[in-house]
Amino acid sequence: MSDTPTNPARRTSLLDKILGRVQPGGEEMAGLLEIKTDEGDQEMAPRQRTSAREMWIESGTTVRTGEGPRLDRMDLDVEAPEDETMILNLGPSHPSTHGVLRVMVELDGETVLRSKPVVGYLHTGMEKTGEELMYHQGSTNVTRMDYLSPFFNELTFSLSVERLLGVEIPPRATWIRMLMSELNRISSHFLWLATNSADIGAINMLVYGWRDREMVLSFFEKVTGLRMNHNYIRPGGVAADLPDGWRDDVLALCEAIPRRMDEYDNLLTGQPILQRRLQGVGPVDADTAIALGLTGPLLRSTGVAWDLRRDMPYLAYDDVDFDVIVGTNGDCWDRYAIRFNEIRESVRIIRQIADMMPSGDFRVQDKKVTPPPRNRIDESMEALIHHFKLYTEGFRVPAGEAYVPVESPRGESGCFIVSDGTSRPYRLHMRAASFANLQALPHLARGSLIADTIAIVSTIDPVLGDVDR
Amino acid sequence: MSEQTPPVEEMTDTAPPSQPATLHGCPTETFFGAEVVHCNRDSYVELCKALKADGYAMPVGVTGVDYLTHPGRSLPESVKAERFEVVVELLSLRQRKRIRVRCQVPGDDPHVPTLFDVWPGVEAHERETYDMFGIRFDGHPDPSRILMPEDWEGHPLRKDYDVGHVPVQFKESPK
Repeated sequence: MSDTPTNPARRTSLLDKILGRVQPGGEEMAGLLEIKTDEGDQEMAPRQRTSAREMWIESGTTVRTGEGPRLDRMDLDVEAPEDETMILNLGPSHPSTHGVLRVMVELDGETVLRSKPVVGYLHTGMEKTGEELMYHQGSTNVTRMDYLSPFFNELTFSLSVERLLGVEIPPRATWIRMLMSELNRISSHFLWLATNSADIGAINMLVYGWRDREMVLSFFEKVTGLRMNHNYIRPGGVAADLPDGWRDDVLALCEAIPRRMDEYDNLLTGQPILQRRLQGVGPVDADTAIALGLTGPLLRSTGVAWDLRRDMPYLAYDDVDFDVIVGTNGDCWDRYAIRFNEIRESVRIIRQIADMMPSGDFRVQDKKVTPPPRNRIDESMEALIHHFKLYTEGFRVPAGEAYVPVESPRGESGCFIVSDGTSRPYRLHMRAASFANLQALPHLARGSLIADTIAIVSTIDPVLGDVDR
Repeated sequence: MSEQTPPVEEMTDTAPPSQPATLHGCPTETFFGAEVVHCNRDSYVELCKALKADGYAMPVGVTGVDYLTHPGRSLPESVKAERFEVVVELLSLRQRKRIRVRCQVPGDDPHVPTLFDVWPGVEAHERETYDMFGIRFDGHPDPSRILMPEDWEGHPLRKDYDVGHVPVQFKESPK
């Protein structure tokens, strides 16, 4: 890790080359920082330049070597001679990688020997941005991380802030949050169904999936004003009450979606081509999944019935009935079936929410956290001052730290907030489910064909906005 | 995972316990409803191995916090505050419990041993922590940056790393 300005291994930028600078960034950059980086390539290197431990990760043998010898799943010749293998880039701009995921694979013919996801192409420093924004602005930032499930980002951020504040939100706000979360789970799974089917050649489903997702998003637009990135769930409750006639809209969705799901069952599930593309592809066992920190459908596909909604309930999930869908083999087929049936379970939850939605406030009536209603500002000087103070200074959150995770469509999504007692988070960290789940790729892809790798990436369902943040 | 014990009992309040509690020889506390264990670099790996033996089978995440501009944070008396903290969030599926390990890391030589041999799932999280804070993880199999470009200088989430800004033309715009 030692570093000198003249280290020849250092990469220089194009600007450095043009200006003939030896020191990357110029001389003025030297000595500003305590530790310089020279850790080298993020890419997958040829075997001679790869350490044994790195090979473990890339060939998906971490868990096998960590806990004594295990049966090698594919009895794969990982020690293939260098000149017979080829390192190939998939991405970062590849339609099947769902964003800007770059997967490097080492191939022997068409068989994947090693693989490595290379991420960071969408990194925009949102955690650093989060430290600059006040708490009431924070939900606009976090909602853009996992852009397919924005409500879950807002929810975990709000729950963490509320844990620090110690406020209890009114029941109606809790149930509205649940309603929006479950609808969001449906829209996210619909999009996954669309793209996953397109990846493995069922192009019809691509259109149907997007169409049905739009059905849900138009309800979001009615409630929040936006199709995505809503900033609707905020610390202290939600931004606005549900509009008139929301129950009719929700029940219409609950009518339409199960019928559509039956159609898709006919279209996809019984189809031999789809079955052969997914069954037995990319299996993972429960021990590996737990040791790798996989959550969500990826973990449940291995037979571990772990769902935060049931096992560590938040909001009011105690009061609704639903089943946790689990698989047995941990292969792509199980992950497909789990997401497919989770849509049905979410519809079941939404029906109960529509029945049991309590009346009352949709946000906490705490003047320090919640701005006064618009009409009060015209009549009351005090309300005007409160409004002004709240939006210029923000509200102060007691010093401490909190991590309140939720079960997002992709797994455990959680916001870790450290507060120093001011109105801005001292540290805001998002535990991204996609980021952790992507570690499974070398394990799942080991020994599969390159076409199967596409199906595997697809059933991991990473959202790169969440991975890179 | 078939047999599961009932959920954890009600979380206790944020009031500190009357006498310093310890877990595997490390001070522990309940902090905003979460169980937290404090350790330093020397006891870090031993503590984590012991916690894994206790049933914390899943590494939820590893991250860092730079306390450069927030001195005087609340810590148990026996813990010496350092500039960095490595925060490890763990989950026991069987007991439905979470625990958080906070490891103090000095600012002048930030490095800790890797937990890769305890839980392979910390690999990407440790790379991210290195990338963002410059805390090195000794023995990590692939100690490269993960989110920032390879030739990036500095570690963005450190508190002495400026946010930077894009100049805007509001006042100086040509007339």
